Amino acid sequence: MQATIAVKVWRGTSDGVWQAFDVPRRDAQTVLDVVTHIQRHLDATLAYRFACRVGMCGSCAMMVNGRARWTCRTHVDVVAPEGALTIGPLGHLPVVRDLVVDMAPFFDKAQRAHAAFVPTATRHDPFAVVPPTSPARRAADAGIECIGCGVCYAACDVVDWRPDYLGPAALNRAWTLVNDVRDGGQRARLQAVAGDAGCHACHTHQSCTRACPKHLAPTGAIAGLKRATARAAMRGEID
Amino acid sequence: MTATRWQTWLWLAQRGSAAVLALCVLVHLVTMIVVVQGGLTAGDILGRTRGNAGWAAFYATFVLAVAIHAPIGVRTIATEWLGVRGRAVDGVLVVFGGVLAWLGWRAVAAVTGISG
Amino acid sequence: MTTAASARSRASRDPAAWHAFVVHRVSGLLLVLFLPAHFLVLGTALGGPAGLEPFLTWTRQPVVKVAETLLVLALAAHLAGGLRLLFVEFVGWRAASQKTWLAAGLFVAILCALLFALNVRS
Repeated sequence: MQATIAVKVWRGTSDGVWQAFDVPRRDAQTVLDVVTHIQRHLDATLAYRFACRVGMCGSCAMMVNGRARWTCRTHVDVVAPEGALTIGPLGHLPVVRDLVVDMAPFFDKAQRAHAAFVPTATRHDPFAVVPPTSPARRAADAGIECIGCGVCYAACDVVDWRPDYLGPAALNRAWTLVNDVRDGGQRARLQAVAGDAGCHACHTHQSCTRACPKHLAPTGAIAGLKRATARAAMRGEID
Repeated sequence: MTATRWQTWLWLAQRGSAAVLALCVLVHLVTMIVVVQGGLTAGDILGRTRGNAGWAAFYATFVLAVAIHAPIGVRTIATEWLGVRGRAVDGVLVVFGGVLAWLGWRAVAAVTGISG
Repeated sequence: MTTAASARSRASRDPAAWHAFVVHRVSGLLLVLFLPAHFLVLGTALGGPAGLEPFLTWTRQPVVKVAETLLVLALAAHLAGGLRLLFVEFVGWRAASQKTWLAAGLFVAILCALLFALNVRS
C-alpha cells in the first residue's frame, strides 16, 4: 500500500481545472476524509459540503472516479486501490464552486413532479388506517426512504440527454405518493409525471438503482408510474 | 391536444404496436428460417404468397404495426442524441410513418397480388 | 478532462442494463434503416417474379448472407429486449430477474441468427 494517494479535485465553477494533491493514506480512510484533509491542511479555499459524515444525510454526495457516491461511505481502499482518486462535483447540476453544487434544479423538479403529499383529512378526522402489508403500502414503503441526495440524478443518462427530464428521485417520490391512499392529488400528479419530461422518458438503464446508496429502485417506481399513467390516459384523465 | 397527452399516447402506441410486432416478428422469423432452406427464388416466394388472403392480412397488419412503432423510436433517438426538440420532431414522425405504411402496403400488394 | 461535466453518467452505468439498451437502440436503428429498402425490393414483385428475381440473384453472394444473418440477429435481439421491457413496464420490475432476462434474450437472439445462418443456402 502506497503512503500517499494522488488526488485530483475539481476547482472552479463549470469552467475550472483539476488540481492535484498528495494526501497521506490511512486505514479505513473515506473519500470525505481525503477532502477534509485537503481543506484543513493543504488548501483552505476548497469548498465542499458535508453534515452527518455517517451515511444518513446525503450532503457529501460527489463524483468519485466518475461515479456519484456518498463520500463519507466510500472507502479509498475500495475505489482507489492503486492510490489514484478523482473527486468532482455531483453531476448534472450547476456548480457553485469546487465540489459544491446548486441543488435547486433537483428540488424544483420534485415540485414539478408533484412529489409532495396532498392532505385530504383534518386534525378533527380520525387517523387514516393504512394496512402496512397492503400492495399499495408495500410499493410506497419500497421507495419511501429517499433522502433526496441527488446521486441517482447524477447517475442518470436520460437526465444528461434531456434537460427537462424530472429524474429518478422526483419520480420515485411521486410513485410513493401515487401509492398513498390518503393523498388527494392523484390526478394532477399523474398528469405531472406523464410525457417526455416524465416517466415515459425512462429507458430502464438502471443506473439510478445501481447508484442509490439506500438501495432503492427508482427503475421499478418509474415502471409503476408508466402503468398508472397508461391507465389514467385510457380513462381520459391525462389532459 | 396537449404535449403531455400526445406523448403519453405515443408511448402507449409504441408499446401496443410492440406487442403486435412481437407476434408478427416471431411468425416472420420462423417463416424465414423455414423457407430459406433449399434456396429461394422469386417464383418460390410468390408461389406461396400470390392470392393468399391470409398472408396478405398478416403482412398488412405487420406493416401497420411497424409504421406506428418505428417512427416513435426514431423520434426518441432524434430528441436524445440529435437534440431535435418540439413539434418539429412530431412532424417528421408522421411523415416517416406515412412513408413506411405506403411502401409497406405496396410491398404486400406486390407480393400477394391483393390490394385491400 | 478539462470540464467537470465530461463523462458524467458513464461510470455510473449498470453494465448489463446499459449494454442491453445499446443493443436495443442500435438494432432498432439498423432495422428502421433497412425497412424502406426491404419494402422497395419486395415492391419490385409488382412486375411479377421477373421483377424480383434479379435482386434475389444479387442476394446469393456470401457477403449478403452474412448481412442477412446480422439483420436476423438484430431483429431477434430487438424483440428479446423489447419483451423484457414490456414485462418490466406492464408486469413489474424485479431486481433479481434482470440479468436472467438479459441472458435469455441474448441466447434467443443468437439462436435465431444461427438457425438462419445454418439453414440459408446461397
